[in-house]
Amino acid sequence: MGIQDRLIEDVGLREGVKRLTEDKIEKVVQAVLKGETGARLAAYNEICMRCGLCSEACHFYLSHDGDPSYSPVGKVQQTMAVLLKKKGRVSPDFIYGMAQIAYTECNLCRRCVHFCPVGIDTGYIMSTVRRICHKLGVTPQYIQDTAHSHSATFNQMWVKDDEWTDTLQWQEDEARDEFPSLRIPLDKEGADIYYSVIAPEPKFRTQLIYQAAAIMTAAGVDWTMPSEPGWDNSDMCMFTGDFEMMGRLKRRHFESAQKLKVKRIVMGECGHAFRSVYDMGNRWVAWKMYPVPVIHSIEFFWELMKQGKIKLAKKYPGPVTVHDPCNVVRGRGHHEKLRELVRFLIDGDIVEMASNREHAICCTAGGGVINCGPPFKNVRLAGSKAKAEELKATGVKTIVAPCHNCHGGLEDTVHRYKLGMDIKFLGDIIYECMEKPS
Amino acid sequence: MHEIYNLVTGPLAWLAWGIFIVGSIYRLAIMYILAKKKDGPSLAYMSWGFSLRSIINWLIPFNALGWRRNPVMTVATFAFHICLVLAPIFLLAHVALWDQFFGVEYPVFRENVTDIMSMIVVAGALIFAGRRLFQKEVRYVTTCQDWLILVIAVLPFLTGILAYHQIFNYQTMVILHILTGEIMLAAIPFTRLSHMLFAVFTRAYMGSEFGGVRRVKDW
Repeated sequence: MGIQDRLIEDVGLREGVKRLTEDKIEKVVQAVLKGETGARLAAYNEICMRCGLCSEACHFYLSHDGDPSYSPVGKVQQTMAVLLKKKGRVSPDFIYGMAQIAYTECNLCRRCVHFCPVGIDTGYIMSTVRRICHKLGVTPQYIQDTAHSHSATFNQMWVKDDEWTDTLQWQEDEARDEFPSLRIPLDKEGADIYYSVIAPEPKFRTQLIYQAAAIMTAAGVDWTMPSEPGWDNSDMCMFTGDFEMMGRLKRRHFESAQKLKVKRIVMGECGHAFRSVYDMGNRWVAWKMYPVPVIHSIEFFWELMKQGKIKLAKKYPGPVTVHDPCNVVRGRGHHEKLRELVRFLIDGDIVEMASNREHAICCTAGGGVINCGPPFKNVRLAGSKAKAEELKATGVKTIVAPCHNCHGGLEDTVHRYKLGMDIKFLGDIIYECMEKPS
Repeated sequence: MHEIYNLVTGPLAWLAWGIFIVGSIYRLAIMYILAKKKDGPSLAYMSWGFSLRSIINWLIPFNALGWRRNPVMTVATFAFHICLVLAPIFLLAHVALWDQFFGVEYPVFRENVTDIMSMIVVAGALIFAGRRLFQKEVRYVTTCQDWLILVIAVLPFLTGILAYHQIFNYQTMVILHILTGEIMLAAIPFTRLSHMLFAVFTRAYMGSEFGGVRRVKDW
C-alpha cells in the first residue's frame, strides 16, 4: 500500500530523477523549506493530529475503496512529512513517487478543508511539494510542455502571435454569417470589458470564442481582446511549481489590460486561471488585490441576465445537474449565481448531486492533473469513480460545468463510466438559446 | 512517600507550570516572528470577522461537513476535549489546592460530575486508540508521537479516577496523578499537544482565506 506499488512510467519524471543525487535533493529541499515556507507549513506539520477525518473528503480515497494511501493526510505522510522528518535527505526514487502523488493524485481542490477541524490546507502542502519537484526538475512531461510553452510564448499551447490574431479574425469572419454586425474588437482602448481566454480556446475550442463574440454582440457589450501576448489567462506554471513564471504570466496579463485602459477583465469559463489570478499569481507578485478588476464568466453572464441583456428565444430543455468547479465555487463562492443563471436558462429543474456547492466533489481533472497527459489518464479516471456515481444518481442527461478542465475531465468520466450525459458550458447554452438575427 | 509528595507538589509543580507557561509563550512568539518574516502573503488576509466566523462554526457539533460525516468521532472529540479542559479546572480537590497554596477560591463542580467527566476523557481516549488500531486510514498515518500524546493526555485522568475511588495504593496513585499531570502540562508546548496553542490560529487563518479571498464557508 503506497505510491511505490503503483508507479507509472513518465519520461519527464524518469529523466528528471536520473539527474538527482541525495546531496542535490537535500540542498533544493532545504532551499525551498527555509526560503519559501514559514510558520504556516511548520504549524500544519506539527498540529495535524493524524485523525484521518480528511480521508472521506478526497475523491481519490473514495474511488479507491478507502485505500488510506490516497487520503489527503496519507498523501502528506508519503511526501512532505518525510521531507521534513529527514530534512530533505531522501533518495531520487523517493522523489519519483512524491512527484507522482503531488502532480497526479491530488487536484488541489481543497475539499478536505471542510473536513479538517484544525484548518490544515493540504492543497498548500501539495503545492509546496510540487514547488520542490519543479526546482528538482522532476515534472511530468506533458504538463511541463505546457509550462515551457508559457515561458516561450506567454500562452499554454505554443500559439504563435500571428496565429492568435488570425484565429480571432477567422472566428469573426465565420460569425458574421450569423451576426452581420459582429466584430471581435482588437486592442480597443478604454473598453468596458477586456475578454481573456485560455490558449486551448484558439487551439482547439474555437467555437467558444465564436460563442463569446456572439453573446457580447447580442448583449451590446463594449469589449475588446488584446492582439499581443497577455491574452492567455491560463497558468500551468502555477501547477508545475514554476512560481517565477506564474508571476511573469500574471504580470503580463494585467499589464496587457492596463495598457488598454480597460475597466474590467472578464475571464472565459476557466477555473484554474481564475485561481491563478485572484489567489496565487497575484500573491507571488506581491499584489494583495489585483490591479484591474477581474470577474469570471459566471458572474459576467449573471450580470448580463440581471440587466436583461440576455434575451432568450427558447429555454434549454432540462432537467440538468450543475457541477461546481472548485476554483470558482470552493474558490470564489459563485455557486448561487451559477444556479440562478442556470434556472434562467433551462426549462426544468436543477437536480443536485449528493455533494454540491462548496462541498462538491472534484472532477478529478483539475489542479493540472489532466494536463499530466496520457500516462496518467487511467489512474485519473479510476479516481473519478466517486464523481461518476454522484452524476449517475441524478438521472439527468445534461451536466452544466463552467470550467474547461472540468469539461475535459467530465467528458472522460462520462465516457469511461458509460453515463451517457452531455456536458455544457454556460456559453454553449446561452448561445444555443439566445435570440439571433433571422 | 511524604518527601516524594512534597517534591511533586512543590518544585516539580513549579517546574511543570513554568515549562508550560514560558514554553507556550516562547513557542507562540517564535511562530509569530516566523510568520511575520516568511508568511506575509498569508498574514495579509487575516480578518477578525472571518476568523471568528470559522472558529464559531467549527465549535458547533455536526455543523461542519467533516463532523457530519463522522458522527462517532464528533461526539467523542467534543466530549473528550470539553471534559479534558473543564474537569481539572473545576475539580473540588484542585480548587482546594489553589485555596491551600494561594488562597484562591472559585466555584466547583460536584465530585460525581468530575468523576464522570474524567471517565469520559478515558473513554474518548479509548475511542481514539481504537481508531488508531482498527481504522485503516487512521492506522496508516499514525506515528509514535500520536500514541505518545494520547498516553500523556489520558494518564492524569486514569490515575485521578483510581485515586478518587481509592483503587490500589491511594498515596502512590495521588503522586502518580500529580506527576502525570505535570508531565502533560510540560509536554503541551513541545509535542503535538501544541495544537492547544496553534489550532486556533490555523483555524482563524483558514477562515480568513475562505471568507475574505474565496468568499465561501470553510465548514
